[in-house]
Amino acid sequence: MKIAVCIKRVPDTETRVKVGGDGVSIDEAGVKFILNPYDEFAVEEALQRREEGGEVVVVTVGPDAAAETIRTALAMGADRGVLLKTDKIPADALAIAKALAAELKDGGYDLILFGKIAVDDYNHSVGTMTAELLGMPCVSAAVKLTVDGRRLTAEREVEGGIEVMECEVPAVITCDKGLNNPRYPALKGIMAAKKKPIETKPAALGAVRLTLKTLGLPPERKEGRIVGEGVAAIPELLRLLRQEAKVL
Amino acid sequence: MAAAYEGVDFYDISAQLSEEERAVRDTVRAWVDDKLVPVINEAYIEGHFPKELIAGMAELGLFGANLPEEYGCAGLNNVAYGLIMQELERGDSGVRSFASVQGALVMYPIYAFGSDEQKKKWLPKLASGELIGCFGLTEPDYGSNPSGMITTAKETANGWVLNGAKMWITNGSTADIAIIWAKTGAIDDAKSIRGFIVPTKTKGFSSKDQKGKLSLRASDTSELVLQNVEVGKDALLSKTGGIKSPLMCLTQARYGIAWGALGAAMGCYAEALAYSKQRVMFKKPIGGYQLQQSRLAEMLTEITKGQLLVLHLGRLKDAGTMRPQQVSLAKRNNVNVACDVAREARRLLGANGILVEYSAMRHMANLESVYTYEGTHDMHTLILGEDVTGIAAFE
Repeated sequence: MKIAVCIKRVPDTETRVKVGGDGVSIDEAGVKFILNPYDEFAVEEALQRREEGGEVVVVTVGPDAAAETIRTALAMGADRGVLLKTDKIPADALAIAKALAAELKDGGYDLILFGKIAVDDYNHSVGTMTAELLGMPCVSAAVKLTVDGRRLTAEREVEGGIEVMECEVPAVITCDKGLNNPRYPALKGIMAAKKKPIETKPAALGAVRLTLKTLGLPPERKEGRIVGEGVAAIPELLRLLRQEAKVL
Repeated sequence: MAAAYEGVDFYDISAQLSEEERAVRDTVRAWVDDKLVPVINEAYIEGHFPKELIAGMAELGLFGANLPEEYGCAGLNNVAYGLIMQELERGDSGVRSFASVQGALVMYPIYAFGSDEQKKKWLPKLASGELIGCFGLTEPDYGSNPSGMITTAKETANGWVLNGAKMWITNGSTADIAIIWAKTGAIDDAKSIRGFIVPTKTKGFSSKDQKGKLSLRASDTSELVLQNVEVGKDALLSKTGGIKSPLMCLTQARYGIAWGALGAAMGCYAEALAYSKQRVMFKKPIGGYQLQQSRLAEMLTEITKGQLLVLHLGRLKDAGTMRPQQVSLAKRNNVNVACDVAREARRLLGANGILVEYSAMRHMANLESVYTYEGTHDMHTLILGEDVTGIAAFE
């Protein structure tokens, strides 16, 4: 199987971000970047499905620094990388999907995997849009995947149940938590990744129709307050939860 | 796969690391968070090494990670190797000790002093964790003075016969093979010291765990007894000769310890800092009081100095110009720093600091062993004293 995995370089989920001087980007000083955690499920799934003679190609849209993110996936075991270079990732998901589709359409891929979201912008969009542009069926947020010959079955968790979807490959799948347990990049893999090829070319971004106007941090949480002690405080607590916090 | 623990890096030393070095550090850091941290407290209380970690450590490539790929190792440089030790010891000194022994004290001597056949036979299996090794140098009456050892190896028609006892041997009861150091000549002839690869199943070889340890409780420490242990000619590490050979191994291990101890210190500092911001006393976080800020500033300063020290030492080692005395300085300083940081962190944590759910007291107790093993703090003082004056104080 020839599998493409589309990944994204995102700020470490443990990082406390600050809004940059331009008001529409984060201040990258001192921020550690990682492989988007949902993309780890996609990389792992691809590695488990790569058969003898198969290939796992990692594709990303991003700045030069995204090569480091590609190398994380190569260290996990992917075969080669493609960096579609753009200094600034546009806020318009379709513009990115077009760049990916242009790269993937003649690649002869049997399966194209994405993480279901990127944890930096929470768009949920690029994977499904890319599928549409490629004219391929797409299952989003898959938690289980089986491929038997050309037939693909994927499970999704929906409110209160499981949805089972079926289609032919080639197909696009966006991966959810629970699909697998991503491996650690072993130290040998980290060394081997240095020798694996990464092709860099300009990203053929589509037209950008959406622009990010402002980026702001959530308001600081108010300090807690103690309404009283013991059983006697319960009526007042209930009143506040109902009338003030309106959570009951 | 982001680690919850972010490390301590006040001088942006990360920027001095290569991308691979950072990747190695981050992988091990995340593994420690996911696999080691959840099991270490129970293992420590129960007093055994958490054996369930061995397979994962091997899969990551933590054993002998700075040895070449042709023997199944990761082929990392020495800075990356040091970072592994730093991250492992943030988890626990006992687990770092396990990796140090396997890599620096078992695999390294086979790599440095063994024949091609010995390397091919043993190194891949030690790298993959299929075999566990231990290092038998110290004896009940010969700690700081290993040249005085009384374990002997007598040559026979078919090989060697070993007799003697070793003590304070990490992994001794778990090991499949032991690197045993013994005198092949007269008992006062230190030049006749040679190393042997001894399978622990060999008749006459026995081990017994040392009980009652109040430090390194998550590490197995044993006494070895060799009673007419017969091994073939292929057991001898033929390139060993004199006390210099085991000391070369110790230099490797001490190098890793200088990094590792700092990892424990970093963990203690991070824990103390987080606690100082949360714990409220007299209506404000204790981190807002000058006494605790003084503690934190002191810890941070010593950690940062130690980080610069080991990074430069690692670059010297990679350049091939590192001297053993420079390793002594780093081991001596960084373990001492770590002991102080762990103790101050424990004090900052107040009563909570004596509980196992916080790591400071476990690290504090562990580091007393680290202070004492692999050349005591005092011996490293004397090594430095000899190096600068040219006069040995201990001979």
